[in-house]
Amino acid sequence: MGEILTLLWGGFLIAFEPLNLMLIIFGCTVGLFIGAMPGLGSVNGVAILLPLTFLVPPTGAIIFLAALYYGAMYGGAISSIMLGIPGASTAVATTFDGRPLAKLGMADKALTAAAVASFVGGTISVVLFTFFAPPLANVALRFGAPEEFALMLLAFATFVGLGGDDIAKTIFSIAIGLVLSAVGLDIISGEPRLVFGDIPGFMRGINFLVLAIGIYGIGEMLWTVEENHKAGGKSMMSEAVVTVERTLNNLKELLGTWKTMLMGSFLGYFVGILPAAGATPGSLMSYGIAKQISRDPDKFGKGAVEGVVAPEAANNAASTGSMLPMLTLGIPGSPTTAILLGGMVIWGLEPGPLLFTQNADFVWGLIASLYAANLFAVIINVAFIPVFIWVLKMPFTLLAPIIFLLCLIGGYAPTQSLHDVWLMILFGVVGYFLRKLDYPLAPAVLAIVLGPLAEPALRQSLLISNGSFEIFFTRVYSAPIMIAALILLALPLLKPLMGHLRRKKSKA
Amino acid sequence: MIQTKHQLCGLGLALGLGVAAAGLPQAAFAQATMAWEPKKPVQFVVMAGKGGGADKAVRFMQSIIAKNKLAPVPFTPINKPGGSGAEALVYLKGKKGDPHTIMFTLNSFYTTPLRQPALGVNIEDFTPIARMAEDTFCLWVNSDRKDINNVDDFVKAAKAKGNGWIMAGTGKASEDNLLTDFLNSAYGLKMKYVPYKGGGKVAKELAGNNADSTVNNPSEQLGFYEAGKTKPLACFTPERIDLFKDAPTFKELGKDFVYFMQRTVVGAPGMSKDAEAYYQGLFQKVFDSTEWQGYMKKKALQGKALSGDALMTYWKKERAVHKQMLMKMGAIKG
Repeated sequence: MGEILTLLWGGFLIAFEPLNLMLIIFGCTVGLFIGAMPGLGSVNGVAILLPLTFLVPPTGAIIFLAALYYGAMYGGAISSIMLGIPGASTAVATTFDGRPLAKLGMADKALTAAAVASFVGGTISVVLFTFFAPPLANVALRFGAPEEFALMLLAFATFVGLGGDDIAKTIFSIAIGLVLSAVGLDIISGEPRLVFGDIPGFMRGINFLVLAIGIYGIGEMLWTVEENHKAGGKSMMSEAVVTVERTLNNLKELLGTWKTMLMGSFLGYFVGILPAAGATPGSLMSYGIAKQISRDPDKFGKGAVEGVVAPEAANNAASTGSMLPMLTLGIPGSPTTAILLGGMVIWGLEPGPLLFTQNADFVWGLIASLYAANLFAVIINVAFIPVFIWVLKMPFTLLAPIIFLLCLIGGYAPTQSLHDVWLMILFGVVGYFLRKLDYPLAPAVLAIVLGPLAEPALRQSLLISNGSFEIFFTRVYSAPIMIAALILLALPLLKPLMGHLRRKKSKA
Repeated sequence: MIQTKHQLCGLGLALGLGVAAAGLPQAAFAQATMAWEPKKPVQFVVMAGKGGGADKAVRFMQSIIAKNKLAPVPFTPINKPGGSGAEALVYLKGKKGDPHTIMFTLNSFYTTPLRQPALGVNIEDFTPIARMAEDTFCLWVNSDRKDINNVDDFVKAAKAKGNGWIMAGTGKASEDNLLTDFLNSAYGLKMKYVPYKGGGKVAKELAGNNADSTVNNPSEQLGFYEAGKTKPLACFTPERIDLFKDAPTFKELGKDFVYFMQRTVVGAPGMSKDAEAYYQGLFQKVFDSTEWQGYMKKKALQGKALSGDALMTYWKKERAVHKQMLMKMGAIKG
């Protein structure tokens, strides 16, 4: 313990060198805006700015990129809340309640909740990172395909109740998401699937963002256009005001969500350290659990503050967590850390179990800078809230084309292919009609995010076990996760059954 | 300055300005490179996803070019990971005649067009720019396996477990799959090949004891190897790798099998001769840079720089070799 504190202190001395401090603040600010741009997100931000980092020493470089990653995590919530377009996959769950809050004229409340929850999640996870990195790295190493599948099933299970009351429509929505996630090359058989006669754009599969920006961004805009027409052209994207009094009230209300914040932070961190999971499943699971444990689950999806707090605490915690497998195993826990890993190669560092001892300056400088980045990101974020609110006050007729443009850029940027832009517009139109018919769309997005992670893990496991499902129940880590997932899956089916039995009894 | 001048040339003011510029100090440079230089950012297509080995190498070359100011324009990586390189190959094929698109490629450059003739990709159409290195492969097991210290031990253990022996690799019909098939037939084994996404993931599966063996590139296992978590038993190289002096080559063990993965820069088809010469010169400079040489040494990469006709000959030879291997494993028919 004492030794860790000494190392951490050394790290702080490095992080607070003038150049590094400047890089932290600069990184947070740039990250905030990159994260707020739909489709740009931390992955592309880090990739674009990576070549710049050879101008500074490796420690400064990772500090800058980590601050940017953090800033983008904060920023991702902004477009989710204000425009209903998730800036990155990590911020999808934030739209579920963030957007309704903004529509109720409480965008400031949602933005404040997101910033504070991000700060709490980030800080808790950095503390966990500081003290428990090496032992957790070993757990992460033991995580194989069966454990991964069990975890994905658990993520699905926490979401069973998400789609509303109509189970049939929820299943339909999940099925659509899973089919879309199956498009592209199948790594197990090496064969392309559902590529519609070798259309090259389908070979890489359907990016989650194309679906999310389509059904949320474009779909939401069509929805608002309709409302605007009904309201005689007076409709607004969101209405909100910022005053000191309101902000204080918002903060007071947030105190009541401390349980959700803690749950999200711990869950996010532990899911984040598992290789290949990353921040997206963590934030989705956190949302699902927050809804399950809430005393008022019906409020979720209609503007519950807990629905913003849970995923935001989790995604920031997970972004710290995903640095762990990157540094100690050389395995990226998320797409963004994959790029950071490339950066480490350029800077001449070898990720692996020895990094903590061989490059202590680098590792502890990074950890200390995460504490600092967290603090600066929350300050910068809160300071910009009035600006974002002001943007929302633009008349919808002005805002709509800007949002549409942002959607197009967001669809084009990750792959730089028009194929994805057309697909996105198609999803937007189809999503709009599905919404009119009262189909829940969140399960489809969940399925396209988790499907590509769950499917290979399931098939790899069964390949190893010669097709026996026993493999999921005989391993130390996968068995408890699997059992928890099955119980959660069974609950919604059992509930009506139990109620039915009870009624029968009382009648008799 | 130089860049501005070339843009003006493009506007058709070339002659007059060229003569006028002859007196300026930059003129020597302008004349030495003769005519062709990229005029807009160069798209550097990566045949794999972000964060993989190929992606890291491209971003590394990008930084070498920018750091040493080797080119007047930036090189921007674009990932086209779809379909084992199919997406990237089709994309590059569609860029016929475009001197601003190049690609970094692997052995799927041979295998994907062979397995998917419908793509209509003929690799002989592409512009041979530079082979930057050949990556090597070794057979790895977890260090916990105290009973396995050489290939004989490995064969004994793998035989005993039959098809319960898990060999993790990077994908169906990939380099790892070919090597697994070789080992199975050379030693009479029945190892089960389980594909994962990316070499880093494969390396981790072995270090975490979720697989029994792998045929990773040294660079993928290096971190675990240095931490004492995994060990190489033998390598598919003509000579021993400096980093792993104790691991013999399969050649020494009497199995004449040498296998490399190319790490090569290839240009769009039908690129002008001038553009081709420019990129060949540029990547020769990258190859010779201390950064690249240091990278090759650290990652146990081998091979000389190869370009032009020599590279095309190498491609044809390698394609024939891969065709044989794929036919043997039943992935393609004659």
